[in-house]
Amino acid sequence: MASNDERPGLIDAVPVRHYGRWAAVAAIVVLLLMLFNMLIFNPVFNWPFVLEVMNQAPVIEGLLKGTLLVTALTMIVGVLGGVLLAVMRLSDNPVLSWVSWAYTWFFRSIPRIVLLTIMGAGMGLIFRDGLSLGVPFDWKIIEWLGLSGDWRFLTLDANTLFSGFAGAVIGLGASEAAYMAEIARAGILSVDKGQTEAAQALGMSRAKAMRRVVLPQAMRVIVPPTGNETVAMMKDTSLLIALPLTAELFYQVGAIGSRTYQILPSYLAAVVYYLLITSVLMVGQSYLERHFGRGFGATVTSDKAIAEPGLMAGSAH
Amino acid sequence: MSQHHADHLVQAVNVTKSFGPNKVLEGIDLDVDAGEVVCLLGPSGSGKTTFLRLINQLETLTGGRIWVGGELVGFEERNGKLHTRTDADVARQRSRIGMVFQRFNLFPHMTALENVTEAPVHVKGVSRRVARKQALELLDLVGLGDRARFYPSQLSGGQQQRVAIARALAMKPELMLFDEPTSALDPELVGEVLAVMRDLAAEGTTMIVVTHEMAFAREVADRVVFMDQGGVVEQGAPDAVLLNPREERTRTFLRRVKQEAESEAQHDIELATLLKSFES
Repeated sequence: MASNDERPGLIDAVPVRHYGRWAAVAAIVVLLLMLFNMLIFNPVFNWPFVLEVMNQAPVIEGLLKGTLLVTALTMIVGVLGGVLLAVMRLSDNPVLSWVSWAYTWFFRSIPRIVLLTIMGAGMGLIFRDGLSLGVPFDWKIIEWLGLSGDWRFLTLDANTLFSGFAGAVIGLGASEAAYMAEIARAGILSVDKGQTEAAQALGMSRAKAMRRVVLPQAMRVIVPPTGNETVAMMKDTSLLIALPLTAELFYQVGAIGSRTYQILPSYLAAVVYYLLITSVLMVGQSYLERHFGRGFGATVTSDKAIAEPGLMAGSAH
Repeated sequence: MSQHHADHLVQAVNVTKSFGPNKVLEGIDLDVDAGEVVCLLGPSGSGKTTFLRLINQLETLTGGRIWVGGELVGFEERNGKLHTRTDADVARQRSRIGMVFQRFNLFPHMTALENVTEAPVHVKGVSRRVARKQALELLDLVGLGDRARFYPSQLSGGQQQRVAIARALAMKPELMLFDEPTSALDPELVGEVLAVMRDLAAEGTTMIVVTHEMAFAREVADRVVFMDQGGVVEQGAPDAVLLNPREERTRTFLRRVKQEAESEAQHDIELATLLKSFES
């Protein structure tokens, strides 16, 4: 081997053998083989039937409307509402701050299935005459003035508003806003105070500093938990039967299952769809994380990106 | 009432500031004329930074008045009564004053160029094309024309501070405030920032600078103001205050600064001797 006056060269050492790791890998391989064997050869799964269920028109309609569209709309309501609630919570105005706190407390306390059940059953009773847009306490004012009629411009039926599709978006969106409020608040608080000061020193109003400087940076902290919230919301659409909303994936496969007595394969169709949707959402999330992480080392770490920064600059506006 | 305040660009009269029971400023009087460079010196906790932040309304006044360009800062006087200015009005007043912070406070999600164009485009409503052209000129001015597309995290502290200066200048401010602009920098990066500030001073920019850089103050300032315990102790031409201070407190402070610098220099010499002894 190397003599004493020769300088040491490249390393070629014997690695430590991780026997425990090998044993674990072997055990996992065996377990996976058992799992695949069961999935493929156990006749109970009936995969051709699963595919057939996945292709049924009511199932696809339920997937698109009750599951995907409701998820998308409730998350829009939830994120916008959550940011608004967070800004209110952090405001100097004690009334706004308290209202935001009370809202969050109320909607976080109520299980979604309970909220949806009560909305579907109770709103029609509470608002027997429907919901109207007009002058508040108009009947009292009219009585005082000795007039007749009403001062209402638009009246909506509470039953159609709060059960069915609109009710799903309102109920789940209201609940989601409470959770998003906490997430958005943490995001806003994560941005250094010096950022607001620098923005204000440049002549930005508080609202503009929030919109142009604080929120884009807060998004870096807000996006990952929002991804989790979206996945959770997508799964919680399976609660919508409590409203009741039947045009939804889980209820539709269940209906086919009880009609055909193929319960397990029918529910498997839903499982496959849920897995697919979650996978797509995860890709979207990683894209968003990259977008809002720009300037924080998340996007521009390679020398190439520094050498060709023109590629990055376009995305900012 | 407001007429004679137009004589000076900045006029502070009997300015006081308390944080709760804690009195930070106790009756500051200070005038700054257009084109003047004023350095605020003093031990930490003397209220220099607070005074600077009051001018830009990052803190609210407890007492006294500050006028900038003849306009009362933060308040409006109508029928002998003070009215608090609206958010929009405060923003307008701030947009006339540039500020450079100790910790740069660049917007990390924007490139150097976007940092500089942000306020002209979104506050002043300058077109994107014009703002971009001006921003590139300003980045050239601070020696960073080739770093326009870099994010702050890709720049050194000295470069970030120079971008921050360009960002403030982009609003064409009547007054520039510097809050210890070199205190957060590694020693070898201080020079490049001071060089930019020296150029600005030479061009006649009105500057109020809170600093610990005595050499810079002596060379660049038209006037230095020594503050201690929330008050102005003495002010005057740099050589007068720094070489022949009238007040004991100024002398004590300068002596301490000098001792620190000497002990640092002594340390450097010892280190050099030590290194030399290794070489031989």
